[in-house]
Amino acid sequence: MIELLLFAIPASLLILGALIVVFAKNPVHNAMGLVLTLTSLAILYITLNATFVAMVQMLVYAGAVMTLFLFVIMMIGVDKPEQTKEQIKGQKLLISGTLILLVSVVVFIGLQNGLNWNLLFPQSEISLEGTPAILASALFTSWVFPFEIISILLIVATTAAIALAYEFKQSSDND
Amino acid sequence: MIEVTSDWYLTLSAILFSIGFLGMMVRKNALIMFMCIELMLNAVNLTFITASKHLGSVDGQIAVFFVLVVAAAEVVVGLAIIVSIFKKQESASVDMLSSSKG
Repeated sequence: MIELLLFAIPASLLILGALIVVFAKNPVHNAMGLVLTLTSLAILYITLNATFVAMVQMLVYAGAVMTLFLFVIMMIGVDKPEQTKEQIKGQKLLISGTLILLVSVVVFIGLQNGLNWNLLFPQSEISLEGTPAILASALFTSWVFPFEIISILLIVATTAAIALAYEFKQSSDND
Repeated sequence: MIEVTSDWYLTLSAILFSIGFLGMMVRKNALIMFMCIELMLNAVNLTFITASKHLGSVDGQIAVFFVLVVAAAEVVVGLAIIVSIFKKQESASVDMLSSSKG
């Protein structure tokens, strides 16, 4: 029963938050909906034994990424109403059609397998705890090369952000 | 007694991805579209963690770390682009972005 509640409550909050992100008109509300989604996801990660990933989720997503989002929202203003005029004819209809197709394909594939993942991949007997020690021993041995590449990616992204945001003085301005 | 299985988490992940996709297609504000991309990335993360528990392997959780870092890098660069576009045309709507047309 506890297990069911621990799934149902975060799951409903997750969907609620996601709907707020999509349908709220005020960008700050959208950001708050995203915070709700990310926090419920962290709780779900804990129920899935991934405790360290849940902590990182809270720190990186609900902390750093959301601060960045709110910062930009405040910077570019929230009072501008969004244009809802369709630029491409029948855009909304096309999107709804595509989405229904996508979901029905997923449901069809799921039904084909009897909606039971256990038949495809039997549940493992190992009960894995996502502690920092276990994660680190995998990350710094078999995943060490991707880890190094990802650090280069971060440096490139930082440099790119600075280059984009920094206003380089034109030499003609000084004349 | 209902048991919570991996299927439930995968279904939830599919729903979250669909909502993110819907938002990505419907909204015009570049910031909101970015948030919807985050939703989709998080749906994938949930799938990874579920698979990691189901298969008893730590690799799924490692993959989540990489997705997390890529998402953070993407947000940093994307928001910088949005800010510089906003400086130029005073709007974050993607409809007016025809300057990158070939």
